Amino acid sequence: MTEFFQSLGMSYEWAWAVATLAGILLIALPLMLAVAMIIYVDRKVWAAINLRRGPNVVGPFGLLQSFADGLKVFLQETIIPSAANKGIFILAPIVTFTVALAAWAVIPFDAGVVLADINVGLLYILAISSLSVYGVIMAGWASNSKYPFFSAMRASAQMISYEVSIGFILVCVVLYAGTFNLSDIVMAQKGHGLGIVNGYVFNLLLFPMWVMFFISCLAETQRVPFDLTEAESELVAGYQTEYSSMSFALFWLGEYANILLMCMLNAILFFGGWLPPIDWAPLYYVPGIIWLLLKTFFFFFMFSWVMATVPRYRYDQLMRLGWKVFLPISLLFVVLISGYLMATGHYGAAA
Amino acid sequence: MIQTFAFYLFAVLMIASAVMVITARNPVHSVLWLILAFFNAAGLMVLVGAEFIAMLLVIVYVGAVAVLFLFVVMMLNIDVAAMRAGFMKNFPLGIAIALILLAELVLGIGAYRVGAIELGTPMASEAPALVESNTAAIGAMLYSKYVFLFEIAGIILLVAMIGAIVLTHRPSKSKRGQQDIGKQVRRNPDEATVMKQPEVGKGVEL
Repeated sequence: MTEFFQSLGMSYEWAWAVATLAGILLIALPLMLAVAMIIYVDRKVWAAINLRRGPNVVGPFGLLQSFADGLKVFLQETIIPSAANKGIFILAPIVTFTVALAAWAVIPFDAGVVLADINVGLLYILAISSLSVYGVIMAGWASNSKYPFFSAMRASAQMISYEVSIGFILVCVVLYAGTFNLSDIVMAQKGHGLGIVNGYVFNLLLFPMWVMFFISCLAETQRVPFDLTEAESELVAGYQTEYSSMSFALFWLGEYANILLMCMLNAILFFGGWLPPIDWAPLYYVPGIIWLLLKTFFFFFMFSWVMATVPRYRYDQLMRLGWKVFLPISLLFVVLISGYLMATGHYGAAA
Repeated sequence: MIQTFAFYLFAVLMIASAVMVITARNPVHSVLWLILAFFNAAGLMVLVGAEFIAMLLVIVYVGAVAVLFLFVVMMLNIDVAAMRAGFMKNFPLGIAIALILLAELVLGIGAYRVGAIELGTPMASEAPALVESNTAAIGAMLYSKYVFLFEIAGIILLVAMIGAIVLTHRPSKSKRGQQDIGKQVRRNPDEATVMKQPEVGKGVEL
């Protein structure tokens, strides 16, 4: 895009700045729209599973419900508790929201369609997702109230625990792909399943890794059955208890942007990203972004499905699952997969 | 121009937040400033082309170490007034340490300006220039030339980890509170419940 702006007669520096800004807007604005619509989808899916109608009043089929909610929240008064630590209280939702958007910089939407095509894309995602805990801790501490503080403690312990196993699962994918670059990881999946299907999930060694990745994603984004940070029967609304109006909305938007990101990561890392599911020439006429969005939507449906059907975990069970089940299994698979790859000469003859 | 601008932005922010770490009155604010300093350091690493180190800095220090700092500081409930009470008593010691640091800095900069230190000619061959991505280059170096040192470092960390677990682990004395998740999951209505039809005026024998 820099070349295009340079052809309009700008110097390289200005063209670069304008192109980067345009790229950011081109990702962030549709993302916000997608978040608004996906909240609607979420509510409709729960409603369907609960045999209710869900939002159906604002606009055709209730499609404009999220926008009505957004407008309402926007017009409300921001209340800051007098005992709160003001600066951090205001900073917390901003951090959550910014971090949720920042991760999208390295997501490849199609071949070559990516804002920052960096070598360490997957590490960047891991780094950003480890930052997202700060918004929650800051909110919980700055509120100066016991329930938000409990929630912040739970959230940070939970996210740190599941990040460990997510890290090992990503190592397995990287071992197969041989790179941290997300675009290259997608291309490495082309025809991976016997030359017929695209995607690592069809590999018998990586399929269990995908199942664990999906469950860890639920824990990492604090969705049901791992939503102990917002357990309304114990903690009112968790770290968001003291927040109102836009500061509350920023948490909400950030949370759903994170959920979408995790759905898209499932698609990119295990289901072949923008590649069609079957390695068959006519399917490549469909633009790659449509395949990616379809896969993402499928995973989002699974997230909603889980949310509507599964009861909440107990906290000690959550920790047990993270440390005593996922960590040993993922560690075992790192050893198994690297051993298998060395034995079959994936990286050339043994050095 | 972009690099220069980015460098000064990161450098100024990093030094400013490092100063704020020691001047902030609230310890939680100090830790948050420290996180900002780590973050800007990662930005500087990216500028010199060490993106792998930069990401590790964020993942390890910001993502794990600083969270633990924040945890401890939040839990400790530090009384700032009580800490300031000992200020006059410790003042001479503080001045002494500051003077020693100043003298060391002056010596160090003076020595640096005199010229490079004479260490003799290196025996081994030079490190090869980076051709591939620096993740791959670091990996290739670490697992071939320095594999022994790498494994030693790993074993030291393992020993430290086991030590920490041994120090904090307490075997539970009573049988109460112990649960066997597998046993809980295996239970089903057939063995967990019994159907009784008590007659009028009679109790139930369980």
